[in-house]
Amino acid sequence: MIFPLCFALFVVGLYCVLTKRNVIKIIIGLSIMEYAVNLFLVLLGYKKQVPLSQVQAPIIEKVTNLDDFFMKAVDPLPQALVLTSIVIGLGVTALAIAICIRLYQRYGTFDIDQMRRLKG
Amino acid sequence: MGIELILIIILVFILLGAVIAVEIRDLLSAVISLGVVGFGLSIAFVFLQAPDLAIVQIAVEVVLLILLIRATIRREVRSTHAHINWPSLFLVVILCLGLVGFAYIALEELEFGAPAASKVEESPTNHYLRQGLTETGAANIVTSVILDYRAYDTLGEATVLFTAIIGALAILRGVARKKKGDK
Amino acid sequence: MNGMSPIVQTVARFVKVFILLFGVYLTFTGHLTPGGGFAGGVVIGCLYILLTLAHGKSLSLTYFSSGAAHGLDSLGALMFLLVACLGLGLGGIFFANFLQKAYPGAEFSLLSAGTIPISNIAIGIKVASSLFLVFVVMAVARIIEKKDGGTDYKQDEEEE
Repeated sequence: MIFPLCFALFVVGLYCVLTKRNVIKIIIGLSIMEYAVNLFLVLLGYKKQVPLSQVQAPIIEKVTNLDDFFMKAVDPLPQALVLTSIVIGLGVTALAIAICIRLYQRYGTFDIDQMRRLKG
Repeated sequence: MGIELILIIILVFILLGAVIAVEIRDLLSAVISLGVVGFGLSIAFVFLQAPDLAIVQIAVEVVLLILLIRATIRREVRSTHAHINWPSLFLVVILCLGLVGFAYIALEELEFGAPAASKVEESPTNHYLRQGLTETGAANIVTSVILDYRAYDTLGEATVLFTAIIGALAILRGVARKKKGDK
Repeated sequence: MNGMSPIVQTVARFVKVFILLFGVYLTFTGHLTPGGGFAGGVVIGCLYILLTLAHGKSLSLTYFSSGAAHGLDSLGALMFLLVACLGLGLGGIFFANFLQKAYPGAEFSLLSAGTIPISNIAIGIKVASSLFLVFVVMAVARIIEKKDGGTDYKQDEEEE
């Protein structure tokens, strides 16, 4: 049930990108799609066989028992990939917002239908 | 209550925020609902035992909200919905429902909580968890993965961030120069 | 761009030291506790956004001019590349952790993980400067009213 809900979040973002006419709404849809993909990647790394009070983050402290640490710790590899992905998403969305501001200054509207008509 | 119930509650909350962000007409309210989605995601990361990601997600979400509010405030815009193109909307809704149904059938095989990497003995995950402290000396295994075992990915990410920021600067600087040239 | 009311300015003046300390703490101990270069860099970027919003653009630019921000951005990227190439020269492979093999520090101490703290600091500097530059460029525009009732979009004079 969890993975289909995460995919439903992605589909909500896709619907927003496909049907909305306002450029800011399209950027919001892109952001929602990116959150859904990051959540899906982190969900892949969780270990459920370990009871809830004993599952650990992949960080070693002085009191950790090193023998069964690798049984109880969750997968660190998806977390490393998602960390990179979050920061890249910030850069791309900042660039998209800069383009939006420039479009408003050039055409006077955020509506892509009117931008098509006011060509030039 | 198990972790699945907690995650389903958080995911329903996030989905509600996302639907509101997509459908509401006022742009400022849509941006604030996007903030709800981001913060709910950070709570989900805490429950999934990823504290690094929770910190980065909250900070990035705050910066994105500030930039979006900067772009939408004080502009006289509401979304125009005067002509809705009914056939294309119908097709898109059919496509989306089809995708969700496909996901429900196809993702049955994927079992939550049993990562494939833990079933194979020689996977990289087991190597990082066992030998991470002795080979790199870092107690935070995620940091040792992104800065020692897979540092190429971090170099690529620094390059992408650099390029995106330079692109944003180049786009917005042209506005000032053009105004100065016209006057 | 103007600042905000005196309450916001007083609170920002009081709180900025703690935010800076928290960002530096996250960057420096990234290899021992959750955090790292990205988290610390974004927190310090948020600090400069707070200062620009509270005091106005001209005052915050005396703390940290945009020329210095450009320089620090490139410095962060070049430091990261320098660590990688030194790994190639002294360790045999690109990005090798040459300090860990030569001088392994005590575990759980601040100087323990070789080149990892140096990379964390480089990435923290880079991300903080990038966020500051993006916000300064985006925050300088004002809307002015034209005489016939329409709105125009005017940008302040940029210092070069």
